[in-house]
Amino acid sequence: MLTLYDVSVRSRLLLGTARYPSPAILTEAVKASGAQVLTVSLRREAAGERAGQAFWSIVRDLGVRVLPNTAGCHTVKEAVTTAHMAREVFGTSWVKLEVIGEEDTLQPDVFALVEAARILCAEGFEVFPYTTEDLIVAERLCAAGCRVLMPWGSPIGSGHGLNNLFGLKALRARFPGVPLVIDAGIGVPSHAAQALELGFDAVLINTAVSQAADPARMAAAFAQAIAAGREAFLAGPMEPRDMAVPSTPAVGTALLR
Amino acid sequence: MNIQINGEWREVRAADLAAALAELGFADAVIATAVNGEFVPAASRAAAALAEGDRLEVLAPMQGG
Repeated sequence: MLTLYDVSVRSRLLLGTARYPSPAILTEAVKASGAQVLTVSLRREAAGERAGQAFWSIVRDLGVRVLPNTAGCHTVKEAVTTAHMAREVFGTSWVKLEVIGEEDTLQPDVFALVEAARILCAEGFEVFPYTTEDLIVAERLCAAGCRVLMPWGSPIGSGHGLNNLFGLKALRARFPGVPLVIDAGIGVPSHAAQALELGFDAVLINTAVSQAADPARMAAAFAQAIAAGREAFLAGPMEPRDMAVPSTPAVGTALLR
Repeated sequence: MNIQINGEWREVRAADLAAALAELGFADAVIATAVNGEFVPAASRAAAALAEGDRLEVLAPMQGG
């Protein structure tokens, strides 16, 4: 079981709800994924359209826990205000804290992130910070009160997988007791399996599922890869070597020359 | 008076936030509100007086990653 702020979940796949072809396909994908945590957002509502009300009714019917994000925020104030609004609308103190620092990579502004995390943790929020693999930033986030960290694998929506294996392994080794969720850049199930094999606790996926030709089928594929990666981690993978080592014993080899 | 709702100018008769939301058709909607960039909790809307030129944000659940 994965424990996130004292809440236990079976599925190690956290799923985003954006960019699906239709609400029906979103629902199918959520069910196929087995995800028990969905990320959601807040946007301007038009009184006539009520798009948000319709979406919220779909998510509520799925019976899963929601993790509201602060996507699109670029400053501490925007992120903190958005978190307050999300807490009221979604009725949860969980918040996926994003403070974007740069538009091309959507890299977090880690200085503003730490400051916003400090404010929100002090106010009782349970903060899931979208961060980089930087160890010192991670330390500051933990000192601010974060009990989960969400490092990127590669830029949001890029599908490049785990870009900095050395950095991510170092983060895993440095914070053995903190749940670490790879939050961005996962493109295919093998990337997710790799993250779990390395000992990451979970992955958060959106675009790789929602933009697949068959989102529900891809969601199921991710669920299998994540289960396999977790099992492999628990089984203890072999150490890689640079040179070949025969797997068949050399002792007792016949002399047939 | 004229206020901005989600970036668009609208004329409202209401003098407070709760009444303005009802007038604009948000009476029973699941929304969160901010006035001039400051969050106004649902319980404080009736006491939040509006003034000419105020910027009102009305946010609702939306798809997100």
